[in-house]
Amino acid sequence: MARITLDNLAHSYNPTPTSENDYALKELNYDWEDGEAYALLGSSGCGKSTLLNIISGLLMPSQGRILFDGKDVTRAPTAERNIAQVFQFPVVYDTMTVHDNLAFPLRNRGRDEAYVAERVQEIAKMIGMEDMLRKKARGLGADAKQKISLGRGMVRKDVNALLFDEPLTVIDPHMKWELRTQLKKLHHDFGHTMIYVTHDQTEALTFADKVVVMYDGRVVQIGTPEELFERPAHTFVGYFIGSPGMNVIPAKVEGTKAYINGSEIALGAGYAPVDGKVEIGVRPEFARLSESEGLPVKVRRVEDAGRHKIIRAEFFGQDINIIAGEDDPVRADMTRVTFDPARVNVYANDWRVAPQGEEAA
Amino acid sequence: MQQKTTNHKAWFLVLPVLVLVAFSAVIPLMTVVNYSVQDTFGNNQFFWAGLEWFQEMLSDERMWNALQRQLMFSGIILAIEIPLGIFVALNMPKSGFWSSFCLVVMSLPLLIPWNVVGTIWQIFGRVDIGLLGYTLDALGIDYNYTQDTISAWITIIVMDVWHWTSLVALLAFAGLKSIPDAYYQAARIDQANRWKVFRFIELPKMMGVLMIAILLRFMDSFMIYTEPFVVTGGGPGNATTLLSIDLVKMALGQFDLGPAAAFSLMYFLVILLISWVFYTVMVNLDKKGM
Repeated sequence: MARITLDNLAHSYNPTPTSENDYALKELNYDWEDGEAYALLGSSGCGKSTLLNIISGLLMPSQGRILFDGKDVTRAPTAERNIAQVFQFPVVYDTMTVHDNLAFPLRNRGRDEAYVAERVQEIAKMIGMEDMLRKKARGLGADAKQKISLGRGMVRKDVNALLFDEPLTVIDPHMKWELRTQLKKLHHDFGHTMIYVTHDQTEALTFADKVVVMYDGRVVQIGTPEELFERPAHTFVGYFIGSPGMNVIPAKVEGTKAYINGSEIALGAGYAPVDGKVEIGVRPEFARLSESEGLPVKVRRVEDAGRHKIIRAEFFGQDINIIAGEDDPVRADMTRVTFDPARVNVYANDWRVAPQGEEAA
Repeated sequence: MQQKTTNHKAWFLVLPVLVLVAFSAVIPLMTVVNYSVQDTFGNNQFFWAGLEWFQEMLSDERMWNALQRQLMFSGIILAIEIPLGIFVALNMPKSGFWSSFCLVVMSLPLLIPWNVVGTIWQIFGRVDIGLLGYTLDALGIDYNYTQDTISAWITIIVMDVWHWTSLVALLAFAGLKSIPDAYYQAARIDQANRWKVFRFIELPKMMGVLMIAILLRFMDSFMIYTEPFVVTGGGPGNATTLLSIDLVKMALGQFDLGPAAAFSLMYFLVILLISWVFYTVMVNLDKKGM
């Protein structure tokens, strides 16, 4: 296990980057704590796989350093970094048995057969494949193959980190849940440092202790699922996480009040004067339809999601979403909306503005 | 109850194909069958001979010798072309200008008509004017494909390797290109050496195309006629008289139509049998999930 430090790290696929836009991964400083489970979350092409490949050593960053437990490994090849990676498509050695697949990394490192056999047994037990050890890997299903590649990663005791590159993409939905639960349990029982790349927010939020949200080559927020939900640091985090995402509405902010088209909204705290493109963000969960309070809203459509209702509405010419409880009434005379002041965030040029009195995160 | 729709007019759509196949394959084959069970003394007079020609051919050492040479030829060229083709494919640039360049250059031998290939090597190997023959002779190496069995064999084998290794290499290259990068990355993480990458990733992934390459090269080499005929004419003596060369000698040289027909039917059956075995093996490999 190791603590992984990214120091001024950035990468461009262009050999002579001229502007910041040329960077697939913009400058980044971060410590991945030993033994934690992280999820790298973002839409396709946001740089999350680039970051993962830099950590695993498959890619050499164009600037900055990467350290494992304080030791610079920026130029060390993959094999020397002692990391394990599970890829999007299951990578197994088709012609070998499950046993030989699991033994492969150890045998390549010249460990003696007795140790290999013992270790393979342990791992097979961990991934629940003890009774399949004699089978050829080629005939197995995608989920079993993915377990093998996971097992191949964990078979080395000295492995520094386990990296996952969207490992559940090709897995059937009903197996996804099971595998994810198993992963979580393995992390809990054995405490490997795990970095899990995904574009699926449910996967990220259920798997990780800390979620790293990336957008356009930049890490926009690192936090617990709760922090991402309550205080999205960037409007992207707001609407990428949550279903439906956060409502972002252009507004003017003065002190403890926000104004939308001249109408007043209370804020949970006071703000210093804000420059630039100012918006307020409210999650649909914290908006409520009402008959008399709040600002006028035009309900367009109500979708019943089973546990709750999603109300699609128009608010000063802009689409917003409101989530109401399954038993909350939605009536034609409810033409106003209120926001929970404590849950309203203020954004300037897409970045969250901390209210006065809040400690910097 | 479901109504059964029967429309016999649909047969008319199949008819053109049936007619074509009949004229191009079935009827000529039947003529051969016809010859193989009859004897003739000319004047279009035929006498029933039953299985006599088949029995004669099976007890004739001439056919067995030709078959032996044929198997040796196919075996040798497969043993050279398949590994060499894989080796070439492994060392080709994977992308960019040089990759396309290699592909084009390697396709060139495949585009040359077979008798031209034969002619090229026939001249190339001549001791008096050929670049290869003259050079070897000047170096003091005893090489003469018209008189020496070993020289003749080496010439036709090298010629076949020159002509057809590209095919194996192109197929193997296609197989290699289809392997996702993740496999190589995983191998690096697992610290697999170059040999293990080949043995456990590249070779299994190429197996499908390699089986096709082996099948194609086996069938083609087993039926080869033009190139060795142009170079050696089956000589010296009968040293390079492969099955098809022997067959043509028998049918058109000696005009022994009956024995030649029986010979060619057995030849055909052998190819059919071996191809069937290959096909079965390939399908089984597929079932195991390539």
